[in-house]
Amino acid sequence: MLGRIHSIDTFGTVDGPGIRFVLFMQGCALQCQFCHNPDTWDTSIGRHVTVDDIIAEIEPYVNYYRNSGGGITVTGGEPTLQAPFVAELFKRVKERFGLHTALDSSGFCEPRNAEELMKHTDLVLLDLKQMNEKKHVVLTSQSNERILRFAAYLTEIEKPIWIRHVLIPGITDDYEDLSALGQFVGKMKSVEKVELLPYHRMGVYKWQQLGREYPLEGVPSPTDQEVARARQIIDKAREDAMIE
Amino acid sequence: MVMKETDVLKQTGAKEAWRGFEGAAWRKNINVNDFIERNISSYEGDDKFLAGPTEHTVELWDKISELLYQERQNGGVLDIDVDTISSITSHAPGYIEKDKETIVGLQTDAPLRRSVQPYGGIRMAADACEAYGFKLPDEMIRLFTEIRKTHNQGVFDAYTSEMRTARKAGIVTGLPDAYGRGRIIGDYRRVALYGVDRLIKAKKVELNQLEVDAMTEDVIRLREELSEQIRSLQELKQMAASYGFDISAPATTAKEAIQWLYFGYLAAIKEQNGAAMSLGRVSSFLDIYIERDFAEGALTESEAQELVDHFVMKLRIVKFLRTPDYNELFSGDPTWVTESIGGMGLNGKTRVTKNSFRFLHTLYNLGPAPEPNLTVLWSTQLPESFKNFCAKVSAETSSIQYENDDIMRPHFGDDYGIACCVSAMRIGKQMQFFGARANLAKALLYAINGGVDEKLGIQVGPQLAPITSEVLDYNEVAAKFEVVQEWLAKLYMNTLNVIHYMHDKYCYERVEMALHDRDILRTMACGIAGLSVAADSLSAIKHAKVKPIRDERGLAVDFVIEGEYPQYGNNDDRVDSIAIDLVEGFMNKLRKHRAYRDALPTMSVLTITSNVVYGKKTGTTPDGRKAGEPFAPGANPMHGRDRKGALASLTSVSKLPYESSLDGISNTFSIVPKALGKEPEARFSNLAALLDGYASNGGHHLNVNVFDREHLIDAMEHPEKYPQLTIRVSGYAVNFNKLTKEQQLDVINRTFHGAI
Repeated sequence: MLGRIHSIDTFGTVDGPGIRFVLFMQGCALQCQFCHNPDTWDTSIGRHVTVDDIIAEIEPYVNYYRNSGGGITVTGGEPTLQAPFVAELFKRVKERFGLHTALDSSGFCEPRNAEELMKHTDLVLLDLKQMNEKKHVVLTSQSNERILRFAAYLTEIEKPIWIRHVLIPGITDDYEDLSALGQFVGKMKSVEKVELLPYHRMGVYKWQQLGREYPLEGVPSPTDQEVARARQIIDKAREDAMIE
Repeated sequence: MVMKETDVLKQTGAKEAWRGFEGAAWRKNINVNDFIERNISSYEGDDKFLAGPTEHTVELWDKISELLYQERQNGGVLDIDVDTISSITSHAPGYIEKDKETIVGLQTDAPLRRSVQPYGGIRMAADACEAYGFKLPDEMIRLFTEIRKTHNQGVFDAYTSEMRTARKAGIVTGLPDAYGRGRIIGDYRRVALYGVDRLIKAKKVELNQLEVDAMTEDVIRLREELSEQIRSLQELKQMAASYGFDISAPATTAKEAIQWLYFGYLAAIKEQNGAAMSLGRVSSFLDIYIERDFAEGALTESEAQELVDHFVMKLRIVKFLRTPDYNELFSGDPTWVTESIGGMGLNGKTRVTKNSFRFLHTLYNLGPAPEPNLTVLWSTQLPESFKNFCAKVSAETSSIQYENDDIMRPHFGDDYGIACCVSAMRIGKQMQFFGARANLAKALLYAINGGVDEKLGIQVGPQLAPITSEVLDYNEVAAKFEVVQEWLAKLYMNTLNVIHYMHDKYCYERVEMALHDRDILRTMACGIAGLSVAADSLSAIKHAKVKPIRDERGLAVDFVIEGEYPQYGNNDDRVDSIAIDLVEGFMNKLRKHRAYRDALPTMSVLTITSNVVYGKKTGTTPDGRKAGEPFAPGANPMHGRDRKGALASLTSVSKLPYESSLDGISNTFSIVPKALGKEPEARFSNLAALLDGYASNGGHHLNVNVFDREHLIDAMEHPEKYPQLTIRVSGYAVNFNKLTKEQQLDVINRTFHGAI
């Protein structure tokens, strides 16, 4: 079985616990306006690799991952587009090294297509980008209906989840939307953590390299106060939902 | 002749000084390590016991900060005492603020006032004075030109014409032929533990033992040296007496121990401005005295920290008079007051003590600083709490470097220290002849160009037939490169022999050697620069198509590379094996040659900041690096070529065999804070895990920088906002705003792991 990958990073520390091997898959179904890796969208390109190839890439660094309580994270692009490959990879990583496995996904995936993958996944980093459906379509080019269904499925199988939300001033920071996010997450029992990621502009140069117009031109990164405010709104709504 | 213990105690007042200490061997003979092993209190706890700065500490540091500011405003040098030739006893006592200082002693009679030390070379001293707006008196210049010969004069008297040409071309550079060689660590702890009288007595015994049948050159030299050593110890006592201390007897308290030890070090820097004047491994030794004072109720934690802060303050203002030229090689006015901290004992007990924490804590109490060059001897066996504390201090100050105790201990035992950046040596039992480095990237160009220098256009290397093919053939290049390296290793070793013969003769380190055993191991510490450039060039020639572009002289001045080639820094054996072969190969070539004083040849992969100068002096190389562009520092992969992330990069470097590079393999690692983790706690534990992983993979040295590139760019534009911004470069640390613009850019352009 072959996977199409964009690149690897041997030292990831922000996508799951500890030090992690990060595999970037090539290809994505969404086209998020704030994406900092638009070069991973195209589903027709990428380097073809086998599971063995990746296992060999991980092997020299297993000590680092083990000592730090880390593991492997597969991200992208959208890794669930190549769910069978990722499932096989996670399975082998567990058999061979006993490492922790994390899937960083937009959740744009039919639950039934992820069943095998979830058997070998310890943690899902789930991006909930926008609760308002209309806004979601504008922001990502797709409806959020499937994503929310995927989230519900993860809750049902009690998969540990870290929710991630990119905070973009004027786009994902409305009181209603943040509150709705908090309520939704509050009902998901297996959520261990909610990470609020301040929007940054470090991927803009990639849009330029690809000859694409950057849709969020002029949008600033949120201030510390804005992040703190959003954090408060989400936490409050989440607590309320938990009590219910 | 071994003295009876009772005699010793009587003669030297040791009974009172050694109260409560365990062990016997160290009492009979000079043996500091035995003293440490018997008396150390290893510490496995956390950093909660640490105390902040006292009022006096804050006031003294404010005063120094102000003086350092004035020094910067003044162009880098505040003041020079041009009229006095520095010696151990040359200057009247100097103070920062006498009443507030718990530890006293300055190099001259005032802080930051630099002294003149002309024995290495009078030209350098005169030029340095002139560069900073001072003038050396004509009489002194005459004295050291016509009447008293210097090291520099001696070397140039003996250099062959080939050595001069090689030096001019920069195939070997940075040689200590016009300045003090340094990298010798006196065992300054002996002054505290034994007192100077006992040390003199022991040296006299050594001298007596040399009343032998055959007065050969070796014996004559050693007898003269021992006599000089004894004289220097007497001067050391005199100097201490001028500050009001009698150090003929051992230290009786922690305060005295630090003061005694510092006087020993001070004597060394008053008579030698060696390139690196390292301190050794003193913190855990001193901890024994602090713990005894604690037990006797004579000292509080805050007082102990104050002693350490005041001692470290002195180490931060060690200054030498050097030329701007020199500064290009070793940028930022470094002195390499390297202190080695932590490590494990051979008995399995850690040598981490509370004082290891206190030394690192000075980076908070006094703020970050490049000196002393705090070096943690890292072992995977270190207490976890200490590992985490180190990682925290690194992440917050970028002022620590790490060296792998687990691979050094088997070679150097458990009482070695680091001289300069990465050179391990048994303290008081081993010294090195510092040998700067040979330029391997340039040597490769010589192989292609028939030994003609690509910059000077003259024959420097061996006269080989130049390569004339359209595409470079790996086997042909490799075979010629072998020949050039053989030539280079021989020339290099012979050059170093001249230098160190003359240094011993005209600029001998009397007091530092007085704090060594008589019979020591000497190493001839050679080095290489341009390892990653040479390895990538060979890889390009082997795995891609490299076509030289030749100028009208027939010299390859540029290269066209067709196709991709594996690059060093990505954990790819196809090229990493080339780097390994280069290291082993050059070391083996060095081993073929006899070194001065039967020194053992060793090698380092270290450039300090000379990677910029080396790059300037080297033409375009077959890896695609353009003429004049900097090399990567030390053993680092070239900037931006390590594309698989930090661990792949670290793994490539950790493959270089330490056995073939026992003088050290330097790696500088820069990472943005966010790339270490989201929360501070995660950052610290990830960094500690990274260091453990690097150590267990056999990596030798790691400089750790944690900051954003934007931060440095801002510091470049607004230096006034960052007076204490410290960054680690190859093997040491500098104040960022003391680097030249060129070097600042070089640092900024280097790979920062974690940039998105």
